[in-house]
Amino acid sequence: MTMAQILAVIIFVAMFILIVLDKIERQYITLACGLLTLIVVFGVAMHSKAAIIETLNIKSIFTLGFWYSAGESGESSTGINWSTIIFIAGMMIMVEGMAKAGFFRWLCMKLAKLVHYKPIPLFITFMIMSAVLAMFIDSITVILFLAAVTVELAKLLKFDPIPMILSEIFCANLGGSATMCGDPPNIIIGTSLGYSFADFLTNTGAMAGISLVLIIIYFYVVFRKELVQEEHAAAQPASMPDPKSAITNMKDFIVSCIIFACAIVLLVTHAQTGLTVAFIGLFISVITLIAFAKYALELLGKVDYKTLLFFVGLFMVVGGLEQTGILEVIAGFIGKVSGGNLKLMVAIIIWVSAIASAFVDNIPFAATMIPVVKSLAATQGVDLETLAWALSMGTDIGGSATPIGASANVVGTSVAAKNGYLIGWGKYCKAAAPATVIVILVSMVFIFARYC
Amino acid sequence: MEKQIIIAVSREFGSGGHAVAEKIAEDLGLAFYDRKMLDEIAKEKNIKIEYLEKYDEKPRKIILSRRVGNYSNSIEEILAEMQFEYIAKKADSGESFVIVGRCAETVLKDREGLISIFILGDREDKIKRVQERTGLDREQTIAKMKRHDFNRKHYHNRHSDKKWGDSRNYDLCVNSSKLGLDKTVEVIEAFIKARISE
Repeated sequence: MTMAQILAVIIFVAMFILIVLDKIERQYITLACGLLTLIVVFGVAMHSKAAIIETLNIKSIFTLGFWYSAGESGESSTGINWSTIIFIAGMMIMVEGMAKAGFFRWLCMKLAKLVHYKPIPLFITFMIMSAVLAMFIDSITVILFLAAVTVELAKLLKFDPIPMILSEIFCANLGGSATMCGDPPNIIIGTSLGYSFADFLTNTGAMAGISLVLIIIYFYVVFRKELVQEEHAAAQPASMPDPKSAITNMKDFIVSCIIFACAIVLLVTHAQTGLTVAFIGLFISVITLIAFAKYALELLGKVDYKTLLFFVGLFMVVGGLEQTGILEVIAGFIGKVSGGNLKLMVAIIIWVSAIASAFVDNIPFAATMIPVVKSLAATQGVDLETLAWALSMGTDIGGSATPIGASANVVGTSVAAKNGYLIGWGKYCKAAAPATVIVILVSMVFIFARYC
Repeated sequence: MEKQIIIAVSREFGSGGHAVAEKIAEDLGLAFYDRKMLDEIAKEKNIKIEYLEKYDEKPRKIILSRRVGNYSNSIEEILAEMQFEYIAKKADSGESFVIVGRCAETVLKDREGLISIFILGDREDKIKRVQERTGLDREQTIAKMKRHDFNRKHYHNRHSDKKWGDSRNYDLCVNSSKLGLDKTVEVIEAFIKARISE
């Protein structure tokens, strides 16, 4: 190992440990580690100005291909993935606009009313809604609203919301895996490797779709006893909140629905139109800010800049690993262990990603693994796409297994606990870990059947 | 209306700080809040009290919990927040009270009527007091003291930018071993009265 490699690994490991310790806000950690990578690894150890420039990757923003790419060319995967950052920022602004107009609360209340507030239909409907919303919107927002409405309904109808919240969290993660924009690892994978929305939908989407059916059955079986009891004991909804009361302003509400529909259409058709996700993110945010000009500053203020900065720093640190060639060493190791057997490679990638993501943040993990699978595909002569889907499902779904695996789990269990419904590790894992194993198995078999 | 006073007492395990705080509350005719506030929180949130007690005044388990933005799923931290809300609500209501622990001197740091006190004790004295109360042997007592003080320190420092037991963080720090509990109460009460009459 060279000095630069050792330093890059030390910085990466230190970053992970500091994130877990949570003493310093995580964006400062990644930014400081990123800066250290630029100075110590690239500057002092490698004396490479080119590595610094490539990692900062600012030049890419000013190329046409960043905004518009006829045909499917991927962005260079080295360094800061500005497409991901711009897209996520754009979606944040859109989602804030929708939330302000009352869209999410209205949707939850409307669906609850449609199924007459009956526990079992409510349980199934909310799972599906969670998965579908998470396909296009970040899972934290989806769970924030769903968990809050679930707790509210539980208090009014006197049922235990924990089974519903656990299954909603799982489905939000599952839904996120279905599309390119559903979960941050997918956005990074898609933009780094040049896959389109349709590529994801026909691969991870198909796996998520099959899994969703199985998972609904699974959660129904697991929570059957509670659900049947509640179905009998369900309080009559005498005075339930009117869904319309969620809408703060009818005009804003309609506008936010239209913008959301536009975003979906643009994303679904981006391979045909040639518009990149960076363009879509920017476009949607500009439209939202124009439509809600009155609250534009408020919406801009609500953007989670901390997360965006966290991404910037993270990409720099991973850039350090990439430039020093350490990730190729890891790829070589996986190649050796698997002996060039594609099935074994897929199995290693999907299970290692799943187990790692169950305990550590899946975003840094995915960002690190992308260059690994890329190098693996190049050196072993296997299909990159196959490995990419294994990585995507592993990182997206693995996080569901434990309360700390994914952001949605943390937010969902936190909202529940704040309302007095405490969910410990035991209760969480008993329900979610087997479900995770089911989905990973389904995905692995799907990839085997289709590609190996 | 009389001016509101809030006496926030922090203490080392075994220093007798809890008893001192209780006596002050009794002497001054003030409400007294300690871990019993859990009863009310448990009732309000419909949670089993035994379940909450496990997490009271404890730091989060670093490996087993995570925070996303303002949302933490550490039950220790959520319970701490519930207690902070409870304390703040009591303070908002204008009530005067004595509160033990719960990082109250930080939660209520901007309140005009706050008087913050830290009670410590000599090691041998603390061991003796804990042994009398629990009947444990010396080894076990020392381990128990260490554990409780570790928890209190990390709990406090997680929720405050000041350090637990750092004299700069409190209006008054007293070693209860020097004068005994009764005299310590007198000294603190004299301090409180002087503060009130200011």
